[in-house]
Amino acid sequence: MTFTKRAVAKMLGGAMLAAGLATAAAAQDKTKVGFVYVGPVGDGGWTYEHNKGRLAVEEHFGDAVETVFVESVAEGPDSERVMTQMALDGADLIFTTSFGYMDATNNVAAKFPDVKFEHATGYKRLHPNVSTYSARFYEGRAIQGHIAGKMTESNIIGYIASYPIPEVIRGINSAFIHAQKVNPDVEFKIVWAYTWFDPAKEADAAKVLIDQGADVILQHTDSTAPQAAAQEAGNVVTFGQASDMAQYAPFPRVSSIIDDWAPYYIDRVQAVMDGTWESMDTWDGIGPGMVGIGEISDAVPADVKAEALAMKASLADGSYHAFTGPLSKQDGAQFLAEGETADDGMLAGMNFYVEGIDAEIPQ
Amino acid sequence: MIAVVKRPEPSRAFAMAAPLLAVLATMFFGGVLFAFLGKDPLDAIATIFWEPLFGEFAFFYRPQLLIKGAPLVLIAIGLSLGFKAGIWNIGAEGQYIMGALFGAGVGLAFYPMESFVIFPLMVLAGAFGGWVWAMIPAVLKVNFGTNEILVSLMLVYVAEQFLASMSLGLLRNPEGMGFPGSRNLQQYTSAHNGDLVAGSGMHWGVVAAFIAVIFAYVLLARHRLGFAIRVTGDAPRAAAFSGVNPARLVLFCLGASGLLAGLAGMFEVSGPAGQVTIDFNVGYGFTAIIVAFLGRLHPVGILLAGGLMALTYIGGDIAQSQMGLPAAAIQVFQGMLLFFLLAFDLFSNYRLRFGRAEVA
Amino acid sequence: MDLSAINPILFIAGFFVAATPLIFAAIGELVVEKTGVLNLGVEGMMILGAICGFATAVETGSPALGFVAAAVGGAGLSLLFAFLTQVMLANQVASGLALTLFGLGFSALIGQSYVGVKPPRMGDIDFGPLAEIPVFGPILLTHDFMVYFGLALVIAVWATLKFTRLGLVLRAVGENHDAAHALGYKVIRIRIAAILFGGACAGLGGAYISLIRVPQWTEGMTAGIGWIALALVVFASWKPLRVLLGAYLFGGLVQLQLNLQGAGVAIPVEYLAMSPYVITIVVLVFLSRSKSAAPGSLSRIFHASS
Repeated sequence: MTFTKRAVAKMLGGAMLAAGLATAAAAQDKTKVGFVYVGPVGDGGWTYEHNKGRLAVEEHFGDAVETVFVESVAEGPDSERVMTQMALDGADLIFTTSFGYMDATNNVAAKFPDVKFEHATGYKRLHPNVSTYSARFYEGRAIQGHIAGKMTESNIIGYIASYPIPEVIRGINSAFIHAQKVNPDVEFKIVWAYTWFDPAKEADAAKVLIDQGADVILQHTDSTAPQAAAQEAGNVVTFGQASDMAQYAPFPRVSSIIDDWAPYYIDRVQAVMDGTWESMDTWDGIGPGMVGIGEISDAVPADVKAEALAMKASLADGSYHAFTGPLSKQDGAQFLAEGETADDGMLAGMNFYVEGIDAEIPQ
Repeated sequence: MIAVVKRPEPSRAFAMAAPLLAVLATMFFGGVLFAFLGKDPLDAIATIFWEPLFGEFAFFYRPQLLIKGAPLVLIAIGLSLGFKAGIWNIGAEGQYIMGALFGAGVGLAFYPMESFVIFPLMVLAGAFGGWVWAMIPAVLKVNFGTNEILVSLMLVYVAEQFLASMSLGLLRNPEGMGFPGSRNLQQYTSAHNGDLVAGSGMHWGVVAAFIAVIFAYVLLARHRLGFAIRVTGDAPRAAAFSGVNPARLVLFCLGASGLLAGLAGMFEVSGPAGQVTIDFNVGYGFTAIIVAFLGRLHPVGILLAGGLMALTYIGGDIAQSQMGLPAAAIQVFQGMLLFFLLAFDLFSNYRLRFGRAEVA
Repeated sequence: MDLSAINPILFIAGFFVAATPLIFAAIGELVVEKTGVLNLGVEGMMILGAICGFATAVETGSPALGFVAAAVGGAGLSLLFAFLTQVMLANQVASGLALTLFGLGFSALIGQSYVGVKPPRMGDIDFGPLAEIPVFGPILLTHDFMVYFGLALVIAVWATLKFTRLGLVLRAVGENHDAAHALGYKVIRIRIAAILFGGACAGLGGAYISLIRVPQWTEGMTAGIGWIALALVVFASWKPLRVLLGAYLFGGLVQLQLNLQGAGVAIPVEYLAMSPYVITIVVLVFLSRSKSAAPGSLSRIFHASS
């Protein structure tokens, strides 16, 4: 082994860290679980639901766990510092709840091999102590699309999209496929807000879509602003996003997609306690309970509600896949043959619209 | 009756005491705020100020102070030159972003080639990017008299949109599964702004910050341009009489602050942050304004103030994690710090006189 | 791409709602700047007004009381600024920035328990059959009280500045504070009053966003609109009626961008989003080519050397 300056520096650095770890890793009888949030706990959407998961963990395990969290952590070096800080403070398991934390999570995981890391919505697992997890939201979109297609009277459905990434495009496609199935004349108007959460922008976007004739609004942004705008307009249907948004039920909010992280979180904490934790990639949908469908309100006609619930059941038990062929891309090229279902790889990298959507994905 | 009377000469004792008094006052009132929020005030203040420096994991936190403080100091030094002369560059955030975009753009253009010239080229590009962005308000001010505060500020929003556009378009990582964000420069050795001594937090940006402090000190104390800056700020009419060219000064001050802000952005994107993302900028350009004032627009003061601000950020994170203190409380704390400084600053230029007002 | 999907009447009607917060904040800041004070803390005052108004409206169930509280909150914060700059003679730029930072943090702190809560609604004023008049009706007569109050406020400020003695005094203080002092006007007191007025207006503008336009509370929800209000004052050459023009232009550009997207026009979103700011810069340049209309004493510290 050559003792280059760099190697020596690295060893010293590593030794320093190890020394620090030794002092930190006193025998712990409580399992300590840390949560890194990208937004405020009170956002009523993404972070709010993650925090609910945390609270569920606390409730389930009682005195056997201790949870800590830091909110509104910017992606980048700040997140790396917060994660390191949690690890130094003795966390056994850390959940990092934003895509942008990906490199930071892997960097910190390299330095703390005894701490387990769970990264939400990411795809890099560079070390054996990193897992990734995400939810099959597109299953929920299928149900929404079905209800939307049936309930729209103007045949114009507005979609407030966030960023042109595969997850969002997947959702648009899934909703459109199922809306068009029950209503061939349906049209999607898509507005890109370039934010996950900005009530003012979302309100503006919703109003503009309503002004342009939409009477159903779907959103991939997390605030209740579109519901408020819909309520003001009068007869516009909306769906809750990330959390139930039940304060706008039974109308305009007729249903919702709920991020329910509790079952997964409890599972993983248990695995850490049992010593059975392993690095894996989890992509769960309605079946395992990660994607919750909010109560379908009575504003939805009974037959539509029954169909939606039936679809939910078939998605849950796996007998139906939201992306089942024959399906073609916008230019007409078929990408799924009759009866063929999309595999996870195709879903994960989806960057094209399906046939029938009359818009372009911003580049 | 208490009257406020101008001192014949600014009191040096007070000029140095004011920041200290401000910190003490902030600690006190901050403590009151924390108590109000149900947290033990002494514990909170200790967590924020003492823990990162001397606590159990200080060996990790002290380098973080350098990492967090370096861009603040670098930008603030540049800003202070202008502020001293009454030239208000409020758009450092935008210049920071453009420096990062130019620097990262040059680096990524060379990918995957490895060469020792790449990093210096990135540094030049980053400096250029920030400089050119600051030149816009500078040229407009010199030629049309347009207010530089508003132009530089509007350009921040424009720069943010450029950042989003680049993250999603031109600079997007082709191997990134369609997600926004560039390649991670931390994994590209020639372009990585890594620690010069592993684990110390000392990257080229930190070095640059120290150099900037020395440079600014020498400039202000010894160089004609520094004299011009100081005179323009203290006595504009005297400056005009002594032959200071206001246009040249505007171009220099805005250009220098833009260049330094651009450098800070470039060091950050190739080092601690690693990639160009939509949310790359976290407000250093604005916080640096506070650092500049906290440091009384003096290079050494800025160095200390930058350290202090970094301390409140890092200590604040620890307090959030260990004590459940809300993030907003730290922002209030920082605002209070500036308020108190500005208030105590009064006493270095004016003094109170008790008793009857004299007849002139 | 279907441009016919954009309804021009609804489009223009949408301007009013988008522009109202700007109108309030800008007209308040205009009065402040007319007396020679530059208050960069508009953003902080707006967001504090937003949470004060929101919290009060939720607790009392009355949006009207919410607006009153917002004005009080904004004025209260501006009092800090007034104290720092008029009594402690601190630098105005730094004080304004400190105000913004403090306001953002403080409002986030107060607002912690109000995130996600639904506020009581303030309805639109019912003009009855008048609202049916084609074009004119839907554009002008379908809004809530605050829109009209904002317009009335602008006209009131314009009239006061132009025709009354108070207006004359305000302008005198702003043009040359030493001369005004020599004439016996209480410069400091007038400025403090103006600062409080500006704070109250900014507070109202912020509350409009949280109570009517969105309506919701989130930290940092003003998203830089205070800075745009500052630009608007310069854009308007410190003339009240031009503030209206600028505010509609800005509101319009934001609406246009969203409408174009909805209609399927494939202009890159970021460039559209940039346009209001770029246009403001262009306008600023054109305005400054003509003689500067800024008040002579703007941002200079006044201290009566007895």
